[in-house]
Amino acid sequence: MAEWMKLAEAITAHVHDGDILAMEGFTHLIPFAAGHEIIRQRRRNLSLIRMTPDLIYDQLIGAGCASKLTFSWGGNPGVGSLHRFRDAVENDWPRPLAIEERSHSDLANAYVAGAANLPFAVLRGYAGSDIPRVNPQIRSITCPFTGEVLAATPAVRPDVAVIHAQKADWKGNVLLWGILGVQKEAVLSGKRAIVTVEERVPTLDAAPNACILPHWVVNAVCEVPRGATPSYAHGYYERDNLFYRAWDRISRDRERFGEWLNHHILKTRDFEEYLALQRDPQVQAVFQ
Amino acid sequence: MNEAYTSDEMMTVTAARMLHNGAVCFVGIGLPSTAANLARLTHAPDAVLVYESGPIGAKPSVLPLSIGDGNLAETADTVVSTPEIFRYWLQGGRIDVGFLGAAQLDRFANINTTVVGPYDKSRVRLPGAGGAPEISSSAKEVLIIVKQSKRTFVEKLDFVTSVGFLMGGNSREATGLKGNGPTAVITDLCILRPDPVTRELKVSSIHPGVRRETIVASTGWSVEFADKCEETPTPEPSALVTLRQLKARTIAAHGTQGDAE
Repeated sequence: MAEWMKLAEAITAHVHDGDILAMEGFTHLIPFAAGHEIIRQRRRNLSLIRMTPDLIYDQLIGAGCASKLTFSWGGNPGVGSLHRFRDAVENDWPRPLAIEERSHSDLANAYVAGAANLPFAVLRGYAGSDIPRVNPQIRSITCPFTGEVLAATPAVRPDVAVIHAQKADWKGNVLLWGILGVQKEAVLSGKRAIVTVEERVPTLDAAPNACILPHWVVNAVCEVPRGATPSYAHGYYERDNLFYRAWDRISRDRERFGEWLNHHILKTRDFEEYLALQRDPQVQAVFQ
Repeated sequence: MNEAYTSDEMMTVTAARMLHNGAVCFVGIGLPSTAANLARLTHAPDAVLVYESGPIGAKPSVLPLSIGDGNLAETADTVVSTPEIFRYWLQGGRIDVGFLGAAQLDRFANINTTVVGPYDKSRVRLPGAGGAPEISSSAKEVLIIVKQSKRTFVEKLDFVTSVGFLMGGNSREATGLKGNGPTAVITDLCILRPDPVTRELKVSSIHPGVRRETIVASTGWSVEFADKCEETPTPEPSALVTLRQLKARTIAAHGTQGDAE
């Protein structure tokens, strides 16, 4: 049953050290505010799952929150590398990061399997690829009807899923639209779910086939305007492409990243304070 | 550069030409997206552009910087979830052409986008698979667009992320893959196509003004030239105008060109 609460309270209540955590949002609606709060509360040993780690997990990894990452495409979209992710994989900095690498299609199917309460996903994939050679979790299964050999991969079953959406009503029913990625599947595959939203509204006024997550599959709903920035929220604000490019410079160097982390996240009280810093041209002249 | 067009424009226009009108095309971000949108804006107005984030029939007026940009969703015929894109539309056999880039490529058009060096202690950690393994296996045909250099065109891949023709010959068919595999690799120097029997990539068309030695020096294996190696037609002036306008709109909107990898 959804409970409206402050983001900091939701993270305290539902995200614990050592959890398997899936924060989804395919380029769109990435739950950055929640990611920052997890860093602020200094969670450790998280096993992170996300199709595209993006800046949100680059920040969590660089901040030392993660011990494992399951992913399918680890770049800075339109820019280049994720430097904190690479530093962790290549140099064990700030701590070793185990990786489990899969393809987009595999992880999307694995979320579906998790949401459907099935132990594994079946897909026609990976034939000839080296990925199964380095990920022993990718196995095969023979179709009992046709004899076709297909890839079988474990379902995604996070302890907690976190997504960002456009709206929720007073009961905590959540509405999202635009590029949906695997957000619905992430919530339904998780044991617990936190949803941050742009705004709390009296009614959703949604069309019958709209993507709605009923309040009773969500544990915590938090109103966090601009909570997906620097990614975007369709109908609310655009992607901050400049920040994605600035991140390349901020994150390339450990010391510079450390200063950014300290100033923007660890020393800010909440996402509102972070946004105020983002809007301050003097601060940005120093950090970007 | 004082020429009428750049080698990058030559590559993009040549790749765009290969997309026929009405084709359903699964598009990777970067160079493939530029070429597919150029095709849509020139000779292939009915090409259907599908992006892995969920838009089907996207018609962006500026190039997307990321695979899930809002203008893809706003201009699409429909937007479906990511599982649906991979399950119903790609694996379902509804994609005519998969349009991919590559970090490394070998003579059988296998692609590496995972690591340079050994997997456990990689020298360079690349982004990884994304949608490419299933695009390369399920699309009816695959086009690869990539700048040619010895760093990219290598004798042996450090890692096979997405398959082309594996070891050549019938080895792709033997794995039971549904799609027919790569039909062309379009670079800034030439077009390479797989030999019908050995499936090794051979230069089938050389861009105007490019010397054979340059292609040889930019390829990490002893590359062969087809018996009937042609000269690639120069870009149509109208295509160049459209491409430059597209890039100008993109720079105005994003402050960047939209074809970074």
